[in-house]
Amino acid sequence: MHVSMSVNGREVSGDVEPRTLLVHYLRENLGLTGTHVGCDTGYCGACTVHVDGISTKSCTMLAVQAEGAEITTIEGLASNGELHPVQEGFWERHGLQCGFCTPGMIMQSAYLLAEDNNPDEDTIRHGLDGNLCRCTGYHNIVKAVQYAGARMRSEEPDAPDWEEEGT
Amino acid sequence: MTSTISPTTTTSALGGVVHRKEDPALIQGHGKYTDDIKFTGEVAAAFTRSPFAHATINSIDTDAARAMPGVHAVYTIEDVRHLGTLLAQVPVGALRPLLADGVVKHVGEAVAMVVADNRYLAQDAADAVSVDYDPLEAVIDLKDALSDRVKVHDSLDSNLLISWVGPFGAEPEDQQKVKADIDAAKEGDDVVTVSQEMLNQRLIPVAIEPRAVVADYNPGYGSMTVFSSSQIPHALAGAIGKTLGLLSNQVRVVAPEVGGGFGAKLNVYSDEILVSWASMQLGHPVRWTETRREAAHSTVQGRGWVATATIVGTKDGEILGYQLEGIADMGAYTQNFTVAIPFLGLFVGSGQYKMPTWWKIDCVTTHTNTTDAYRGAGRPEAAYYLERIIDMYAREIGMDPAEVRKKNYIPNDQFPGAVSPVGFAMDTGDYGTNLDALIATSDYAGLRAEQKKAREEGRYLGIGLSSYVEVCGFAPAGLAELGFSWSTYGLPAAFSGSGLVRVNPDGTATVQIGTGPSGQGHETTWAQIVSDRLAIPVEHVKVRHGDTGDSPMGIGTFGSRSAAVDGSATYEASQRVRAKAAKMAAHLLEASEEDVVFANGGAHVAGSPDSSVTWAQIAEIAYMPHKLPEGMEGGLEASVVFNPSNATWPFGAHLAVVEVDAETGNVDLLRYITVDDCGNVINPMIVDGQVHGGIAQGVGQALFEEALYDETGNLLTGTLIDYPLPTAADLPTFELSRTVTPTDINPMGVKGIGEAGTIGSAQTVVNAVVDALAPLGVKHVDMPLRPRRVWQAIQEAKG
Amino acid sequence: MYPRPFEYVAPKTLDEALAALDQTEGAKVISGGMSLLGLMKLRLLSPGTLIDIGRIPELDQIEDRDDHIAIGALVTHGMTASHALTTEHATALAQAASWTGDVQVRNRGTTCGSLAHADTAADQPAGAIACGAVMVARSVGGDREIAAADFFVDALTSALEPNEILVELRIPKEGGRSAYDKLGRRGGHSDYAVAGAAAWVRSDNGTVADARIGLTGVGTAPSLAAGATEAIIGSDGSAEAIAAAAERAVEGVTVLEDLYGSEEYKTHLAKVYVARALEQALALARS
Repeated sequence: MHVSMSVNGREVSGDVEPRTLLVHYLRENLGLTGTHVGCDTGYCGACTVHVDGISTKSCTMLAVQAEGAEITTIEGLASNGELHPVQEGFWERHGLQCGFCTPGMIMQSAYLLAEDNNPDEDTIRHGLDGNLCRCTGYHNIVKAVQYAGARMRSEEPDAPDWEEEGT
Repeated sequence: MTSTISPTTTTSALGGVVHRKEDPALIQGHGKYTDDIKFTGEVAAAFTRSPFAHATINSIDTDAARAMPGVHAVYTIEDVRHLGTLLAQVPVGALRPLLADGVVKHVGEAVAMVVADNRYLAQDAADAVSVDYDPLEAVIDLKDALSDRVKVHDSLDSNLLISWVGPFGAEPEDQQKVKADIDAAKEGDDVVTVSQEMLNQRLIPVAIEPRAVVADYNPGYGSMTVFSSSQIPHALAGAIGKTLGLLSNQVRVVAPEVGGGFGAKLNVYSDEILVSWASMQLGHPVRWTETRREAAHSTVQGRGWVATATIVGTKDGEILGYQLEGIADMGAYTQNFTVAIPFLGLFVGSGQYKMPTWWKIDCVTTHTNTTDAYRGAGRPEAAYYLERIIDMYAREIGMDPAEVRKKNYIPNDQFPGAVSPVGFAMDTGDYGTNLDALIATSDYAGLRAEQKKAREEGRYLGIGLSSYVEVCGFAPAGLAELGFSWSTYGLPAAFSGSGLVRVNPDGTATVQIGTGPSGQGHETTWAQIVSDRLAIPVEHVKVRHGDTGDSPMGIGTFGSRSAAVDGSATYEASQRVRAKAAKMAAHLLEASEEDVVFANGGAHVAGSPDSSVTWAQIAEIAYMPHKLPEGMEGGLEASVVFNPSNATWPFGAHLAVVEVDAETGNVDLLRYITVDDCGNVINPMIVDGQVHGGIAQGVGQALFEEALYDETGNLLTGTLIDYPLPTAADLPTFELSRTVTPTDINPMGVKGIGEAGTIGSAQTVVNAVVDALAPLGVKHVDMPLRPRRVWQAIQEAKG
Repeated sequence: MYPRPFEYVAPKTLDEALAALDQTEGAKVISGGMSLLGLMKLRLLSPGTLIDIGRIPELDQIEDRDDHIAIGALVTHGMTASHALTTEHATALAQAASWTGDVQVRNRGTTCGSLAHADTAADQPAGAIACGAVMVARSVGGDREIAAADFFVDALTSALEPNEILVELRIPKEGGRSAYDKLGRRGGHSDYAVAGAAAWVRSDNGTVADARIGLTGVGTAPSLAAGATEAIIGSDGSAEAIAAAAERAVEGVTVLEDLYGSEEYKTHLAKVYVARALEQALALARS
């Protein structure tokens, strides 16, 4: 079947089998390998992208269902050479280790902060419970989202943990 | 020897927070993992897997699969039997055939491999392979397996593969005497004996990146290039070469970005061999990426012990003896370290305590997927049993569990070099100070007061603590002498840690190491080591790893070993480059070599910062040796293989606060507080991150995770739907601090931190839950503490 | 991970979709796809044709229609969880929707899709039963209205005929208040329900004038807890009355053991959550 959509601001089209998952279309057909596949049941969230601005696990959607949609992947999150505040937060607060869950985690965090740029810790934690990370224990991911929220509110982020230790 | 909880922000490269050099690529989707690296003309493999745990294969019909569009080949054991079995470092037991050979031994065992144009078509064809099985009785339960009622392998005398007994190194009769003495102590007056059988359940590692491999054989060059999501690229290159008849320098294995390993990628897998072999047969690059469900069935699992822990002690808290006796599940086939994992537990069998200890774990084979290393690998199991039974003993004698522990620690005057009751020499330790720090930082007394109040309100608040000692940083001296090495097979693979440091003509440095990191931040940490020694800015130090084509021989990344071994090698290599450069700088500065100081990206004369040269200026003469004084060798690089005299022995103490809903059995983890001691710290940010992740995996074992097989050997928890990992919503913010007790066996005084969080945490959480339920009479609950189990334990305690 | 091949059609109107469904052997309707695609990726289900109703306009609304509210086939869990009409008139259903899956699942998965999937441990069926929902099943032959309590037949089996689409869920505006509570498989409220209960109550001068209690996770299908409902109606809604009703939580229900609990445990949990849902609904009704 023929599909066409906008991905990271670029119009793309091609032929796919109906069974092709959106994530495979992005990775295999468009070469956008930043979106990862970590499970087969929609539980890990590594494949999270934005479909028409809505965070979506791209392994739970067929490419043909995305006909006409506007997709943003991790490759399209930074703009004009500037990191998105969430990307900056993950770097600043060590929100990643192996980095495999990170694209999905960042896309989901960016979605949460677009909805509410001042979430409390509980809201962040529940907002990320569809994204699994095996490296960080989520501790620094939460800190990274808090950092990004502060940046988006034009506030000074809290000091990092490592400056508070020793008390 | 120990400084108390450390201030962690420093300005020096070594010991300071440096943000990760790895991250810019990874946060923008530019990181390249194996499945992201595409080859022209590549084709995809898929496997037909056994639905039975134990069955005879009567026939395999591949005709339908071969006839499907886009299918290149279908292979069975007939095609690959001549390649031999999968190689393992500790080959005790039955080695895995590359594809099932006449009989299947676990659900998910690969029976046939299909290669097709893409992974969808490959899966279609794999489903079309028709296998005729005669199911046989399977043995899953460990005690049943030990009885040899049903044998897993006809070729073996028994399902019992090996027993690990401590004190290690003692004669059997001496070991028996230790056991007998402890048994005799139980008969003494005024002693208390506490004993409990406990399950340390099987786990599925679940690195979020599934394993993936792509192999490209070029018949013109005779070269095999393999990208694999591996922690041990050098060993994999050796195994591929050995199995396929290639020289080691014809095989290049690259572990690119690796999306978590946790021990699951510390193995050579049959799929890696088969994909490489298929590329030779087909003239195409061949790729295979496991699905999550496949991972549960064919990538190694961890833990899987059932054992009884027993303590005999006085009523005032002096432990007179500790015994552990049990069985560990090896699964059907022996892979890389399979039977050695419980041995790693024996290393820390007596923990940081001084009481006589007798320890025996029987390694049995069953009709299940293979077990091997999973974060901690034997040490979390050992710590779990010891720290649970100490808590039970403390409760029995009515003494605070912290006090009991302190009373039985190996005293400081034994260090360095204390020999543990199970027979291992340890480097450095200061356990009392560490536990005191936890008591202070957690406000333990305040927590107990809070608990008292909660109990008065009818709430079940629990406080659990435990302490642990780890052994890590293994290198040849620590392991190879004990039979761990690839040398059994003459594999051209290293068993050492290495570092190569080169200063480039522009004054930057390139570091090549033999590790295979999967998120540990080596590119940053190693840059700090080199920057510290050479005063080249961290941003000018590039660290390369994981590519056997250009890195020095290395053993890979596992066992919390990289910093202590490869890091030390890199430190020493930097020292050599520095010594060489000092001579050159002295020549340029017309000063004596002893007066050369390295700082700020170059060298200057001591006391005269203005009299300086840059690294680029030093490098200029290094690489134009005609400008060097006569007799001075050119070049600015050094390669070192580091051989430490011992493993390292980090330690720590953890505390958890939980609240249990006694009506439903639901457990809420409210706080998690740690004081770890991994010796000196290179980058506190990265060290804390390792602890965070380690805790999450230990909490995962305590509360959520279990690889559960039914009696016929079906894995009931093969997807993330029924194998729940902890999510952000399940965990609190962790509260970390440190004590610092440097090791004396390597130049930086670093020990290792990759597994500590996991080794310390499962028992801490269980201790807390049992403490919460103490008023109801609950003494033990087996992990995972899913609500159903907790509720059941409450009902049983109520009677 | 890789579904078997299938044909895919994306009708522009409901009539086209109904016609396609009527005429195509082995076709399945897909909306959000959260449940269906998961089964297809594990190759546990391989329909020959998918009829995607996701592009049909006007099915994504929650409407206020005098005596009831109507939830269209494409209304997502997230919208059900947060919409003013559902949080007011179908609090239990909204609460259940808010605990369905995760944010991404709630963004794409649909309430009607979850109900039609009829998982034994899904949250929203209990809410729909308690709120007295009526399912509108449409086929080329016309509409059929099915009470929520009659809709969930067995595991993954609803009362829908193969040629019917669940086009709308109607919740009567009958006053009273409702609440949902559960124990999730991952603990707390996370994931499918080990056991969950939704309760709707309408009080009149201190007496429980009317009530309905829906159960999920416990039996072969989500169901009305008829005994508990009978027990609470006419009572004073006191702690004793709640306890007495909870005792009858699984009356008429075949409690099934699974990975997450024994029959005994699930029976116990059903009582606990019937009591908790009733407490919360009664507290809302009093406030």
